[in-house]
Amino acid sequence: MLLRHTTDEVLERTALTVNPAKTCQPIGAMYAALGLHNCLPHSHGSQGCCSYHRSTLTRHYKEPVMAATSSFTEGTSVFGGQANLLQAIQTIFGVYNPDVIAVHTTCLSETIGDDLVQIIAKAVAEGKVPAGKHVIHCNTPSYVGSHVTGFSSMTKALVTYFADPSAEKSKKINLIPGWVEPSDMRELKCLAHKLGIEIVMYPDTSDVLDAPQTGKHEFYPRGGTTVDQIKSSGGSIATLGLGLSSSSAAVEALQTKCGVAGETLELPIGLQATDRFIDKLRTLAGVTVPDAVTDERGRLLDMIADMHQYVHGRRVALFGDPDQLVSLTEFLTLLDMKPVYIVTGTPTPQFENRIKTALGGNVPEAKIKAGAQADMYLMHQWIKQETVDLLIGNTYGKYIARDENIPFVRHGFPILDRVGHSYFPTVGYDGAMRLLEKILGVLMDRQDRDAPEERFELTM
Amino acid sequence: MADILRERERQVYRKGQQQAFQLDCEKQSVAGSVSQRACVFCGSRVVLYPIADALHIVHGPIGCASYTWDIRGALSSGPELHRLSFSTDLQEMDVVRGGEKKLYAALCELIDAHKPKAAFVYATCIVGVIGDDVEAVCKRASMEKGIPVLPVHSEGFKGTKKDGYRAACDALLQIVGTGPVDDVSPLSINILGDFNLAGETWMIRDYYSRMGVQVVSCITGDGRIDDIRRAHGAALNVVQCSGSMTYLAKSMEEKYGIPFLRVSYFGVDDLSKSLYDVARHFKDKEMLQRTQSMVREELQRIMPIIADYRRALEGKRAAIYVGGAFKAFSLVSALRLLGMKTVMVGSQTGNKDDYEQLRELCDEGTIIADDSNPLELSSFLEEKDVDVFIGGVKERPIAYKLGIGFCDHNHERKEALAGFEGMVNFAREVYGSVMSPVWRLTPRKRGNPLEVVK
Repeated sequence: MLLRHTTDEVLERTALTVNPAKTCQPIGAMYAALGLHNCLPHSHGSQGCCSYHRSTLTRHYKEPVMAATSSFTEGTSVFGGQANLLQAIQTIFGVYNPDVIAVHTTCLSETIGDDLVQIIAKAVAEGKVPAGKHVIHCNTPSYVGSHVTGFSSMTKALVTYFADPSAEKSKKINLIPGWVEPSDMRELKCLAHKLGIEIVMYPDTSDVLDAPQTGKHEFYPRGGTTVDQIKSSGGSIATLGLGLSSSSAAVEALQTKCGVAGETLELPIGLQATDRFIDKLRTLAGVTVPDAVTDERGRLLDMIADMHQYVHGRRVALFGDPDQLVSLTEFLTLLDMKPVYIVTGTPTPQFENRIKTALGGNVPEAKIKAGAQADMYLMHQWIKQETVDLLIGNTYGKYIARDENIPFVRHGFPILDRVGHSYFPTVGYDGAMRLLEKILGVLMDRQDRDAPEERFELTM
Repeated sequence: MADILRERERQVYRKGQQQAFQLDCEKQSVAGSVSQRACVFCGSRVVLYPIADALHIVHGPIGCASYTWDIRGALSSGPELHRLSFSTDLQEMDVVRGGEKKLYAALCELIDAHKPKAAFVYATCIVGVIGDDVEAVCKRASMEKGIPVLPVHSEGFKGTKKDGYRAACDALLQIVGTGPVDDVSPLSINILGDFNLAGETWMIRDYYSRMGVQVVSCITGDGRIDDIRRAHGAALNVVQCSGSMTYLAKSMEEKYGIPFLRVSYFGVDDLSKSLYDVARHFKDKEMLQRTQSMVREELQRIMPIIADYRRALEGKRAAIYVGGAFKAFSLVSALRLLGMKTVMVGSQTGNKDDYEQLRELCDEGTIIADDSNPLELSSFLEEKDVDVFIGGVKERPIAYKLGIGFCDHNHERKEALAGFEGMVNFAREVYGSVMSPVWRLTPRKRGNPLEVVK
């Protein structure tokens, strides 16, 4: 029992986080920046930050992840990081030749007070940024928010640096996908394509973090949104953001800067959230939904109908990032399951309200917590008080799943011990089918494993 | 051939070049390079992490704790407190007002709940800047709770991983010398610098017990505080992973007069030599005989297996990129035992002596690189047409993208690679990856198979 220390008595903690259900801002900024074509993310801080983020992203995606660092030293912490960043910009354009350097800060550079706007302006003035190349930045102090905040900030930075208010007007729709997997981004593009809608989507990590084996190590894989595409988003007819926590900031910035009307929906995970997504796209673009998509929905509905009796009433604990949790909760509720414990380490205003909306008046006993001390330890304590039938969350859930003997579906970031998440989406109707398949798989495997011989059945 | 950063020209060497051998190393990475290096905190954390009955609390914002939560397969035969993640999760107001109170409260809470034998408090970047007096908080908690509470000065920016090793050793030195040593045999050692990845310390302990050597403490694989307290009673320190533990060994030599030996448990040559060196140190005839018969017995068992793998691997080419250079020496000779040639070898933190030794060990034409980056590494791999790359987590996908086999010789090894059995595991792993049928389908060597079909 690796978690034998966990007690069922929940005491008020003020100073301590145990087994966190979040990580720090910079990794989110790095992930978002990887969704920009020919972009090298840059970590303005100590070498370790960059190394940890690259390692974690590599473990999650099984892909090379490239990013540079300002390599702070003791001197830097006293005299500031300007010299390091200026040198870094020169080195990066000279050696790695990206179109864009996307700088994010760290707790260290934030605390010593480096002014990124001023440093970047100085780099430009000194001719360190070649013509047609760009250096962008966002502030990601690790002691505020979480990795989701960092993702949101870098996505917003793409707007503030690139979206062009005077871009030629087009009938395109901007799609801000939120923190989802490359597979999900690919699926979102595919759905828009099926509807016959032209979109500009950013960030887009498909073909970057799910790149095919080509026999080459592409320092910049072919995917990612180009700067020109983002520029053009200033002339689109509307913006649709997905995931309130990760996309709202960019959607609002685009509205303010370029006057593109914007709206943000919850992530299209599960049937109803996908319905709203498709419906919104349809009305914005003035198209009809093709049969192919209606049929996808029909197949999902059919699968739910076929299998509803196997999931009905099952208690579920879920943890992870707010946007994912809200939509998962709604889907689980549709399946007539009971999401009873919902925890995110990301401080999220309105989290409880969003979850309650997703629950739609069901499961009044649900316990919901976000932010400080909302960690895996707390979730485990709740489970010890009254157990659940299913756990959904990132790889770190495996300790609880094992100790409490609970079927476990991996979902979220990071997943360090399984593959599939980069290739098979969970957004859209097909994505919901995959989620349901995984849920049924673990529940029925458990039933088979635990059934006494005389009750072990061929057909279930 | 990719451009090597101009400032880095002197950090890459090709054996056989006319120029005199002078590899620049122990240098700061060039700002803006995609370095594979980590930081001071990382160094401290990996060294101390395996001490299983101690509390490890990371003082700083959440990231440093998240990224190092149970990240190393350092196994414990008993308590597993080290595998949990504790953080003060500093917030904006803490940065403004200081985090001392929070740290104190967190320490009290944890020590009361878990009753650890000691606590390590890792100071991260930001703690060094906001000026928390971690030392004072630790002292107070230690007084009140009656266990050693040790600050680890591991602010990320204060150097490289190596400085982190040193900070870890400084914390350990405060524990050594505080336990009873009356029952320690004169034929006794401390195992320094093995971290029990995949249970390697257990195998090594077993060799020593078969030799008749008492192991007083393992620092830090499957480590226990009470053992480390008694470490000063041992007659000899046996140091592997010289990068992390030589400092501790030297300090113990100065303070307690304990001599030390450098060893390596990787590859049969280095392993056998190491075990003999220890036996010879004690000038005990019977021990030497026991060692000889153990080594003979083990070799008789494994060499036929190795020979089988060697038949398939003969002439294949390997590249090595590891954290500390010391490990690379053993890898070069272990690969040689498999009939393989090392055509490229590098490390994140090697020093002059390390690289000089590597140069002597390697064949003509071998590339030697310090603090390399992915661009360089992939160009070396292609240029030398490598069959297997040996490295860590960030190197693995680069090899696979190029259509090259890979073996993790870092934290993510899943099988023991040390000891005699480890040599068999290593051979099997290298063989499994080099010979995988998947590479026959990858475009780099065979062209695009789909085009061939057309």
